[in-house]
Amino acid sequence: MTALLEVDKVTVSFDGFKALDQLTLTLEPGELRCIVGPNGAGKTTLMDIITGKTRPDAGTVRFGGRDITRLAEHEIARLGIGRKFQRPTVFPGHTVFENLELTTQGGKGVFRALVARLSRDERESIERTLELIGLAQDSGRLAGLLAHGQKQWLEIGMLLVQRPKLLLVDEPVAGMTQQEIERTEKILASLAGEHTVVVVEHDMDFVRSIASTVTVLHEGRVLAEGPMRDVQSDPRVIEVYLGA
Amino acid sequence: MITLAPPPPLRAAHHWRSVFVAAVCVLVAAVLPLLNVLTPENNPLHVSDFLITLVGKLTCYAIVAVAMDFVWGYAGILSLCHALFFALGGYAMGMHLMRVIGTEGMYRSALPDFMVFLDWKELPWYWHGFEHFGFALFMALFVPGCVAFVFGFFAFRSRISGVYFSIVTQAVTYAAMLLFFRNATGFGGNNGLTDFKRILGFPLREPSTRAALCAITGLTLAATFVLCRAVIASRAGRVLTAMRDAEAKVRFSGYDPVSYKLFAWTLSAVLCGLAGALYVPQVGIVNPSEMQPSSSVEIAIWVAVGGRGTLAGALLGAFVVNSAKSWLTVEFPTAWLYVLGTLFVVVTLVLPGGLLQALAGLGRVRGLVARTATAQTSSPPPATAAPAEEPRT
Repeated sequence: MTALLEVDKVTVSFDGFKALDQLTLTLEPGELRCIVGPNGAGKTTLMDIITGKTRPDAGTVRFGGRDITRLAEHEIARLGIGRKFQRPTVFPGHTVFENLELTTQGGKGVFRALVARLSRDERESIERTLELIGLAQDSGRLAGLLAHGQKQWLEIGMLLVQRPKLLLVDEPVAGMTQQEIERTEKILASLAGEHTVVVVEHDMDFVRSIASTVTVLHEGRVLAEGPMRDVQSDPRVIEVYLGA
Repeated sequence: MITLAPPPPLRAAHHWRSVFVAAVCVLVAAVLPLLNVLTPENNPLHVSDFLITLVGKLTCYAIVAVAMDFVWGYAGILSLCHALFFALGGYAMGMHLMRVIGTEGMYRSALPDFMVFLDWKELPWYWHGFEHFGFALFMALFVPGCVAFVFGFFAFRSRISGVYFSIVTQAVTYAAMLLFFRNATGFGGNNGLTDFKRILGFPLREPSTRAALCAITGLTLAATFVLCRAVIASRAGRVLTAMRDAEAKVRFSGYDPVSYKLFAWTLSAVLCGLAGALYVPQVGIVNPSEMQPSSSVEIAIWVAVGGRGTLAGALLGAFVVNSAKSWLTVEFPTAWLYVLGTLFVVVTLVLPGGLLQALAGLGRVRGLVARTATAQTSSPPPATAAPAEEPRT
């Protein structure tokens, strides 16, 4: 099986500070991967590189065998990489339903959007997603009026209808109540297998409960990688992160 | 950057409101000119020639306001050079009107008067073709569209947005004004283009020609309104508004913001050009002062006063502010700018939704009074009372 995503010796520096240093990372299709690491380890920069927000100084990123290092954000998104931001980012002036409509997979050109109509399949897919994220009752509400946790789920829902091959999720449970965290775990678990998911998270309990493989970043490099149990007992990891 | 509350999303009520607004435009466009032409002057229903010209002028402004609201209220792009697009359309039409004077100018020359005055011997190359009405009308749309497209392409590609974008647009209109002030540029310098005689063979002095122009302008306003509303109601319109609120998210959803912004921006400029082309034959002059930065700021004020992000509000704002202006500049010439400034401050502070919000508020208060009255007379109150509109966050 060929790798879905290959990050190959990527280096990024900001004003001399190396945010990523010869970082190499490979993801297999269907994998659920957690990326952890202390502040400044380069987790968010890695997300930025993969989604095209930041260009690397050196190295390449390949997605499904294709070099995407120099593509623009929207081109990478169209190839099938979705991203969930650290802060919930939804379209506040649109209803929940419209938020999902806008991210539905399909033609994204301006002239197609002028005449676009939702097909029956698309409508049903949106309604299923509304059920999954628990917002079926709120489909007509303005997204800007939702509670924090609901916005997080809506954003995950928006990524689901986008049907990405690879889903990057940045700190999904930050600022959530225990109940909300449990629901988020369920949503993410239901994604694994069908999608390849990368989760960046600080909350170690959360990581323990969902992850199969964990990658620990430190100072822009991969410090350790493997099942949670092995990684947790790695003395270097304990020193820089878990022991702190 | 002036940030106002995002308008509520489009609902069925908005469709009816837009149909209503367009219908009113068409009706006024048909009735006023007819009353002017068909009734004798002593008839109480008679509409004076002065009023026809005024309404025609205000209607042109309203087209610009709707185009401005389309790109500012919905796409979040505050332009401070919409007056430039308007003036470019006006100049294109003005050039045509100059050319069709023929040899009836002051100097009895085939060249426009100002060229004779400057001792030019032949027509500059860029004046060719303007003797044809169709070509001039095309250029009135094409030139502003082209300027907007090229400028927008570079600005949007470099991700210039917010106040930075507004400031650059202001510089553009200022630079264009200086360019048009020069005699050597070939558009009549600071006097501009004037002394028009006919349009399509109809004398511009005739009240019937004026009435027809007024009617055409009214219909154009209705068409502009419906067009902008249709774009906003489409998925492309929702993408534009989403971009205004969360551009990065739109990008990561697979939309290219540059193409969407360029589309909205260019369409808006073309509509302004059309308004300018309708304006010039009605007022009889176009000169570089139209391109003053303050003219573009005024357009933004009309939209803000009427109610940004509603289209109907922009239209209302253009009529209200400009009617007040044409009355006050005659009655109290020195007070006008103070009134305009005060109006803008008051609206920004206490009426972020503009006059339209105030009107809607009045309507809701009346509705509430009526409902309370029914509730008192016939209890229990109807369970299906219309829910109040979503509060604006």
